[in-house]
Amino acid sequence: MKREPPQSVADYGPLFFPAGMLLIFFVVPFGTMIAVSFFQRQQGGFYTPAFVFSNYERFLSVFFGGVLGFSLMLAITVAICCVVLALPFTYLLSKMARRLQVVWLVALLSVLSLSEVIIGFAWSTLFSRTAGITNILVELGVMKQAVALSPSFGAVLTGMVYQAFPYTVLVLYPAIVRLDPTLVEAARTLGSSPLRAFFNVLVPALRNTIMATLIMVFIFALGSYLLPQILGRPQHWTLSVLITDQAIYQSNMPFAAAMAVFLVLVTLGLVALTLLIGRKGEKA
Amino acid sequence: MTNWLRRLYFFAIGLFLALPLIVVLGVSVNEKQTLAFPPKGFSLAWYSEIFVNPEWRSALVASVLLATTSAALAVLIALPLSWFLWRRIAPWANIFQVLGIAPFTLPPVITALGLLTFWATTGFYGQPWTAVIGHAIFFVTLPLVTLSLGFSAIDRSFVEAAATMGASDRTIFRTVILPLILPYLVSGYAFAFVLSLNEYIVAYMTVGFTLETLPIKIFNALRYGYTPTMASVTILFVATAAVIFSLVAKFGDLPKLLGAMAADDK
Amino acid sequence: MSGLVLNNVTKQFGSFTAVENVQLSVPHGTFVCMLGPSGCGKTTLLRMIAGLDDPTGGAILLDGEDITKVPTHKRNLGMVFQSLALFPHLSVGENIAYPLRIRGKSREDQKKRVDDLLSLIHLSGYGDRPVSKLSGGQRQRVAIARALALSPKLFLLDEPLSALDAKLREAMQVELRQLQQKLGITTIVVTHDQREAMTMADTVVVMNGGHIRQAASPIEIYRKPADTFVADFIGSTNLIETSADSSGDATIFGHKIPGLTLPSGMQKATISVRPEDVHLTTPGNGAISGIVTFVRDLGGTIETFVEAGGKQIVAVSTPRARPNVIAGQQVGIVLAPDVCVVLKQ
Repeated sequence: MKREPPQSVADYGPLFFPAGMLLIFFVVPFGTMIAVSFFQRQQGGFYTPAFVFSNYERFLSVFFGGVLGFSLMLAITVAICCVVLALPFTYLLSKMARRLQVVWLVALLSVLSLSEVIIGFAWSTLFSRTAGITNILVELGVMKQAVALSPSFGAVLTGMVYQAFPYTVLVLYPAIVRLDPTLVEAARTLGSSPLRAFFNVLVPALRNTIMATLIMVFIFALGSYLLPQILGRPQHWTLSVLITDQAIYQSNMPFAAAMAVFLVLVTLGLVALTLLIGRKGEKA
Repeated sequence: MTNWLRRLYFFAIGLFLALPLIVVLGVSVNEKQTLAFPPKGFSLAWYSEIFVNPEWRSALVASVLLATTSAALAVLIALPLSWFLWRRIAPWANIFQVLGIAPFTLPPVITALGLLTFWATTGFYGQPWTAVIGHAIFFVTLPLVTLSLGFSAIDRSFVEAAATMGASDRTIFRTVILPLILPYLVSGYAFAFVLSLNEYIVAYMTVGFTLETLPIKIFNALRYGYTPTMASVTILFVATAAVIFSLVAKFGDLPKLLGAMAADDK
Repeated sequence: MSGLVLNNVTKQFGSFTAVENVQLSVPHGTFVCMLGPSGCGKTTLLRMIAGLDDPTGGAILLDGEDITKVPTHKRNLGMVFQSLALFPHLSVGENIAYPLRIRGKSREDQKKRVDDLLSLIHLSGYGDRPVSKLSGGQRQRVAIARALALSPKLFLLDEPLSALDAKLREAMQVELRQLQQKLGITTIVVTHDQREAMTMADTVVVMNGGHIRQAASPIEIYRKPADTFVADFIGSTNLIETSADSSGDATIFGHKIPGLTLPSGMQKATISVRPEDVHLTTPGNGAISGIVTFVRDLGGTIETFVEAGGKQIVAVSTPRARPNVIAGQQVGIVLAPDVCVVLKQ
């Protein structure tokens, strides 16, 4: 059995089913969505084939500009919080005994796989007046009276950091595990304290990884859809919420599609930026 | 960082991750239908409610069915693709690898909306089986990544050795490649299964009005207020995920699966 | 003809020619070692014989049948890989039984053959162990047993002993040679270790730059190297420029070597003289004169470095067979005509 380019049609056999599935159920729907974004909306939830830019023009308004700005700002804040929390955590995790590492990884994966609905519900419970964290503070005598902490911006942010934290750790994990351990050891023998070695040696060595992770987490946070609804007020709604709202409740598919295409462009631009950073990192 | 500071830091992170779940665990055993913590009284009634109440039960059945079948379909897509890419020299075919990873990388609302427009255009909107395909496409990334990792770990001389001993391509696949790739296949399936079980938006936008999965059911219930069954379902989900990932960790090399190639040296 | 024949076999990777017009015939039952520096094309040649790479030109014949286009799994061979390629998901016994199992042989047949082979490689009772629990030498033997399970027509080994430590390697060389003689199977081993080749082979094939430079018995390769590459690659040697005088007799540094003539028409040549064939005497008496520059006394042998005619010549002898000289002293060098090998330029 030689590894060589496919010689006959039969050699392509294994590719047929996967390629077909991905083309029909990902590429075609994606194309359909792009097409619909240029369609003309009809009253009553229908749309007719056309080629208009009105759907795109619509979000040049102050309202959509505000929503977009808020979505980006929220995602950036989440990304920064997560990386700041996860970087030292992942580094220390990678230094742990293997068994303990596995336990943490299982826990992180379990939280990561949790539905947004469940995360939203759990945090709304924790932030509620009757069963929330403030009850504990009342018991401890710190507060006089239990209060509801959600809906609020802080609640949305907390929920999203909770959702994205395990993701951040798992993105950082491979890069940090493969890091040359002698790097820090060398700094230590030169008289650096562990904390200084972390900031002066590790953080610069991981600069590209950190940038790439920030962007990955940013994209991840951009996709958050339920948490702003469960833990926030309408002014905390993101582009993802608006897209769903337009598609399902306002029955304005062309407009929803236009917003989705826009979101894709923003995301792809950032992925390209990630790759660019990665390439620059290889050269350095 | 001194030792106690490191412990404190890990404890704080652990608490942050566990606290909401602890509170939910607490409210799930409340005796009455109230949202109270610490719980008032103790009862497991809200756990049996998942299986007894026909609405929750049918949501559970729908979710498990969807996760089982869509994860299987995702593996069926990923296995031949990753095998082909490993077996043949065909750089252009890497485009399908990219296509397989894209849905998971883009914000989920995009895959969801794409599938919604597609099913609406083709007239299948709302059919339960469309959710199976939707989840399979959305989560095909996971088996694709684990299997690619698995294939890259197979020494090609195994295959050549088998060929010199008289094994045909098909026999090699059955007797050498499949046994070696099986752990990666199972973990790919497990990842896709757990994530499908928890997925909301793709399911909601494609079949939300005809099929109620557990996440959809929880969200719908949440709009009309609180019922403790949400809490018990949440705990059930966390427990399921933890058990499945523990099994993956027990029978496979979890650090390696998550990309830590250096794990072998430790 | 029975045996293996390579007919003008060529392999190109893009514009790089790894193997060029190789012509070789290996009679049935012969033990062949392919020897050469890394990148000389020996492994590529072996892989083409196994069908793991396709030649871009020429033909490979086995027992008179052209097998150039026959896929690997129909060639009936046994091969041991450099990495050994023992299947990690199978036990020792299952590894050895693999070729039998995929041919649908009965369980009893498999077990009997595995037991026979295990005793042949002195590992009886190891059948149920996982491969990972074996030592390097034991794995080596299991890989050999697995390759021989079907009594193949051709036994191929790619650097089979390179992972073993020096002592074990030498023991395995002897063991492998004895096994091959017992079974009488045509065997081709690729190696870069000339001691290994000299120990095991009936025929040593020296390769360089994708060409066969010489194919002959070990002693002939050593005594009568075909060209400067072979002379230099196998053991150590003195390569000395020679020119013919008007009568065709060879002269070195102006000294006539009585009895040594260059082939007619050849004006200049390089001759190879092994260090142990360089005889040192007192100066004069028609000997080439030189100055000792360094003496390396290794106890059992002494290496003497002599500068003569601007060239360094090394002589190796036992301590008693040479005059007692020290660095800076003048000596005479005597080269007997029968130890000088005239090489192709």
